[in-house]
Amino acid sequence: MINCIYQLTSPGKINLKFENINFNNKVIVRPEYMSICHADQRYYRGKRPAKILKKKLPMALIHECSGVVLQDNSNKFLPGTKVVLIPNILAKNHDDNNKNIYENYEKGSKFRSSGVDGFMQEIIAIDNNRLVAFDYDSDCEINNYIFAITELVSVAVHSVKRFLKNISNNKNNKIAVFGDGNVGFLTALVLRKIIPDSEIIIIGRHEEKLANFSFANKIFLDSEIPENLEFNHAFECTGNTGSYFAINNIINHINPQGTVILMGVSEEKILINTRNILEKGLKFIGCSRSGYEDFLDSVKIMQDKKISKRILNLITFGGNINSISDIHRVFDEVLHVPFKLVFKWNL
Amino acid sequence: MIFAAIVAGGVGTRLGSNIPKQFLMLGNKPIIIHTVEKFLLCSKFDAIYIGIHENWLPYAKDIFAKNNLTSKKIYFSQGGENRNLTIMNIIKDIETKFGESNEHILVTHDAVRPFVTLRIIEENINAAKKFGACDTVVESHDTIVKSDISRTEIENIPNRKYMFLGQTPQSFNMLKLKKLYSELTEEQKQELTDACKIFSIKNQKVSLVMGEFSNFKITTISDYKIAQSLLEIKLD
Repeated sequence: MINCIYQLTSPGKINLKFENINFNNKVIVRPEYMSICHADQRYYRGKRPAKILKKKLPMALIHECSGVVLQDNSNKFLPGTKVVLIPNILAKNHDDNNKNIYENYEKGSKFRSSGVDGFMQEIIAIDNNRLVAFDYDSDCEINNYIFAITELVSVAVHSVKRFLKNISNNKNNKIAVFGDGNVGFLTALVLRKIIPDSEIIIIGRHEEKLANFSFANKIFLDSEIPENLEFNHAFECTGNTGSYFAINNIINHINPQGTVILMGVSEEKILINTRNILEKGLKFIGCSRSGYEDFLDSVKIMQDKKISKRILNLITFGGNINSISDIHRVFDEVLHVPFKLVFKWNL
Repeated sequence: MIFAAIVAGGVGTRLGSNIPKQFLMLGNKPIIIHTVEKFLLCSKFDAIYIGIHENWLPYAKDIFAKNNLTSKKIYFSQGGENRNLTIMNIIKDIETKFGESNEHILVTHDAVRPFVTLRIIEENINAAKKFGACDTVVESHDTIVKSDISRTEIENIPNRKYMFLGQTPQSFNMLKLKKLYSELTEEQKQELTDACKIFSIKNQKVSLVMGEFSNFKITTISDYKIAQSLLEIKLD
């Protein structure tokens, strides 16, 4: 069958490419809802180094997506099942029994919209272990928008699970989250859900965004951090130059032997105060992306109404995509939404 | 119920082969297989009828089997002398099997338009349900010139803003299509170049669905070469 792939050929330019696909043992999924990630924007706006753009383009963007199963040649999913699509493509030599390394860090694994085509396609022929089904709310279509951003939730879930695996004492649950954007919000929300008795402190730069963190115990603007603020562990969810300020603030205020989870992506190298890291005996854990288990856990968490309502509040609906000019429209609109823009894919 | 009628009744071999163009290979499978595979992905169809010239029916069945297109939704009908007669044969077969109903929708499509998209098919179904008939079109970027009866002089140049190029699918309320066709005179039937005209000749509304320029009909050698290049198939 002939599939349509909407590729970014150079910054700001999207072209339609046709590809003959064979179904083999794959599941055929029609994308329904998508969301734009900062990484997609960096490609679209040409904010990656020229060398990287030359290497990775042309490429279809988008790795946050939900869809519907049209046909499953592996017989795992019934047609009509609503699913979340996992953008990781497993390494060729991936072994499900090897639990020493997470699939998202495995050498040879690939990631859609970062080197291979993302989900901006008419249909996706995908392995059945790259899909997680969710309960579709047929009474209220809006409630289904949130599953478009499951990938982002799964990144938060992955980081919290790795955090729990790495801290020796669950009782010291005074945790700071630096960053008031999407990742900061979802990480804090997942922390609240998974470690309900934790004391969560949010440090951010935008008063209007911080107002959304009503479930946090304390909230500070980064320009007004009290000198005596202390916490046991921290999540850095800022990225770019924000990472520099956030990481050094964390090093200053964290208690000895705390764990720091790094999640913000930065194009430039970040200077950090290693002397105090050594003095305090801190542990730094880098987290990016997520795997199948994280997606499963995320879908479970998102089906909790208390959580899904909060996530829904983050989402602005960007309407229908019926043409390439609609794709350009949502890439412009996303610059003006406070959190996530979700749109319906009809192409 | 919703039905597809894939029109492949032609035996035209303009592409330098004895095999009708719908059976020519595009990549690793025949053109018609690409087209039917796309229709099969649309879960709204209750059945997909393929109208084939009777001499090519055994051949068509062979290639469908070879390409594992063994869905129980697929039925073959005998092609007629022209496009509309093929469609009427298909309607007859559908009504024999599923009964006559005012609710039946028929999405007709050329087998030689394999670049059709799910969006176009879905919008056709919705428009046919809502309006009773629809045509898939693209805006005309070229100026359309109407000649006089001698075909040597311009009679008029219609405003391009209102000019579109017709593609397929063309979709209909099946009962209404059948009824209107039966009411046409033989002369009117001779005039038909497509199925939508059955509606417009009888002053019935036909709504427009936006197609894609890529949803072109593979008719000539150059169309075939364009189709191959779009799929990045190495040309000889």
